[in-house]
Amino acid sequence: MAGFDKVVSGYAEALEGLDSDMTIIAGGFGLCGIPEGCINKIKEMKVSGLTFVSNNCGVDDFGLGLLLKDKQIKKMVSSYVGENALFEKQVLSGDIEVELTPQGTLAEKMRAGGAGIPAFYTATGYGTPVGEGKEVREFSGRKYILEESITGDFAIVKGWKADRYGNVIYRHTAQNFNPMAATAGKVTVVEVEEIVEPGELEPAQIHTPSIYVDRLVLGSFEKRIEQRTVAAG
Amino acid sequence: MALTREQMAQRVAREMQDGFYVNLGIGIPTLVANYVPEDINVMLQSENGLLGMGTFPDESCIDADMINAGKQTVTSIKGASIFSSAESFAMIRGGHVDLTVLGAFEVDVEGNIASWMIPGKLIKGMGGAMDLVAGADNIIVTMTHASKHGESKLLKKCSLPLTGAGCIKKVLTDLAYIEITEGKFFLKEIAPGISVDEVVSKTEGELVIPEKISVMEF
Repeated sequence: MAGFDKVVSGYAEALEGLDSDMTIIAGGFGLCGIPEGCINKIKEMKVSGLTFVSNNCGVDDFGLGLLLKDKQIKKMVSSYVGENALFEKQVLSGDIEVELTPQGTLAEKMRAGGAGIPAFYTATGYGTPVGEGKEVREFSGRKYILEESITGDFAIVKGWKADRYGNVIYRHTAQNFNPMAATAGKVTVVEVEEIVEPGELEPAQIHTPSIYVDRLVLGSFEKRIEQRTVAAG
Repeated sequence: MALTREQMAQRVAREMQDGFYVNLGIGIPTLVANYVPEDINVMLQSENGLLGMGTFPDESCIDADMINAGKQTVTSIKGASIFSSAESFAMIRGGHVDLTVLGAFEVDVEGNIASWMIPGKLIKGMGGAMDLVAGADNIIVTMTHASKHGESKLLKKCSLPLTGAGCIKKVLTDLAYIEITEGKFFLKEIAPGISVDEVVSKTEGELVIPEKISVMEF
């Protein structure tokens, strides 16, 4: 299966070429659907000066929060970063820079980046601190700001199942930012719970088509729950 | 008496109509789900990519891959759909959600809303709030009418950094239901046992009082 087979031997091969000062786009919402294995490997690689584009920054001892301890992250582009005490400390001490971005704008920045669209107009953030310094244009009597799209040197993505070609399916709300992240990396690495043979997945059910995926790695996952809530009674 | 959080949720729930797709924010808005009238069906949208959010799961069916926008474990109802964050915000920003309920620190007579940032305190982020207020047409803001120190939250001009400009038309506080048009607050309903004078004294922006005011019933 030469050519289209994206499966690599492990995380070392999956992240080969990832280096300090790169921009990395990561899927996940909170701790749900985060590329746990890639994050752990990046910690081990001790690369630093990284810019992460990710909706959140994990918690102190899990997810992207793990990269804070050794100050590997220089900048976060996120919509919400409030779950993390170490993160707060590093923001206040100036060790880390944060670019707060509305969640929909963040998703669209990744989507547009992956689709070859350099920028787009949106009403979100107009008249707020987010809109300051950005070009404003009026369409049909309403004002919009120009937001630039994002691409990354690497994208790290968590899928559920994939075939060896890199056709990916996500599970439940672990989908979140992953499909957009997958399109926006110069090198896109997808870690999954199960790898199957081409033809085993229903083509019309694929969330991320193989063309976006460069390296596919089989992982094992802790899947930590951030807010464990159950029905009363 | 000022309305309790539950009564506020109950009042907001009366704005729901059969077949509505609804996005509920954190706090009082979340409680609205408990008061959906029995004779109607609504579908709750959770911005992390779930349309048709259900209750919290039983211990036996907790699933780390199934959470809501507050990162809590949830279930989905029959007829639900799950999708990416881009799809989720296309729904929100494209104006497809019928009703959005969210909290705020301040609202002003121009329909501006401030809800995400208090200068001097650490900023955690706006999450999806800016998208929700910019994209939705039918928004209800829920908040207390005044701070603990009695300072009005219904202002001539918001003092805090905005979440959205000119996008709020309806506010439910613990004292009153107010609509915003033409640069003024209009008192539409008042909480039982609350005097008009109290509402007036706790509203900094211009407040128009109708001749006849309806009192909320619970």
